[in-house]
Amino acid sequence: MPRPIQEINAGSMADIAFLLLIFFLVTTTMDVDSGIGRRLPPPLTGDEKPPDINERNIFTVLINNRDRLFVEGRPGDIRTLRQQTKEFLSNPRNTEDLPEMIMKTIPELGAVRVPKNAVISLKNDRGTSYKMYIAVQNELTAAVTELRNELALEKFGRRFSELTLEAQIEAIQSAIPIPISEAEPVDIGGE
Amino acid sequence: MARFKKGKKSGQASISTASLPDIIFMLLFFFMVTTVMREVTLIVKVKPPEASEVQRLEKKALVSYIYIGVPVKANLFGTKPRIQLNDQFARVSDIAAFVTSERQARDEADRRFITNSLKVDQDISMGIVTDVKQELRKAGAFRINYSTRKVEKLNFGKLL
Repeated sequence: MPRPIQEINAGSMADIAFLLLIFFLVTTTMDVDSGIGRRLPPPLTGDEKPPDINERNIFTVLINNRDRLFVEGRPGDIRTLRQQTKEFLSNPRNTEDLPEMIMKTIPELGAVRVPKNAVISLKNDRGTSYKMYIAVQNELTAAVTELRNELALEKFGRRFSELTLEAQIEAIQSAIPIPISEAEPVDIGGE
Repeated sequence: MARFKKGKKSGQASISTASLPDIIFMLLFFFMVTTVMREVTLIVKVKPPEASEVQRLEKKALVSYIYIGVPVKANLFGTKPRIQLNDQFARVSDIAAFVTSERQARDEADRRFITNSLKVDQDISMGIVTDVKQELRKAGAFRINYSTRKVEKLNFGKLL
């Protein structure tokens, strides 16, 4: 009578697999990276003329090496920066010193009231803290996001972040771009 | 029929555990596919600043990281903020070569979509960041992302 074939005990196989699993759990990261996305301008070639933009269309934000803000020629505050930016970009009362507004026809949206060419000019010093710089970038982005939300609610009945159709998202983005322009760096205050 | 009856019958049939490893392996493969390996060991201290208006970085394979912060081993390398590329300290002038090598590592069709994620410590002054940004502009890497921690609302009290 032949001997019954000895079976290999597969019970410890699970332990080996568990060890591998735990190793991968420990060495990998699951956290999603997030941040504020920006596009840098191409480098200057040296023969550009400064663009001819009317003073009323520029919103200047300066941050000095002690993290103090200077907004539109006056000492500013990070807490009111968002409101000021929104007012600049929407010019609710059509005042003379805020940007000129025009009616622009955009597919999906129809005619919307947008600034003709408003620019936010952001300038920082080498000594500005990174924390403050990001806070300012954040507030400027927040102002744009709020305006986009208002427009999206009015036209589509949803907030901008809840839009799903590509055409709608693009329409809102083209109506309200993020018009931040960073000045060429200068060294005034030192680090 | 009796031919097939070999050996003696055991008293109690035990549940086969042979498929247990397969289940664990399936879990393992799931984790291997959905996660990415920790990219580098940090040799600079990076605690990103807080922000509320953040976008998620899609397509991790198309992101290259630049770390800026104070060296972890401050007694060896000093307390001046340094740049870390891959696994070592770098100077501002090394950025251009880094951008080129990152481009070469990607598919030709994807090269335009590489995002440079700036992982910068919150307590650093902008000088070195500005230098890096200028260098990236010169190298033609225009898509950047300031890495931040997401919070619901910014606490301005901490800034002033």
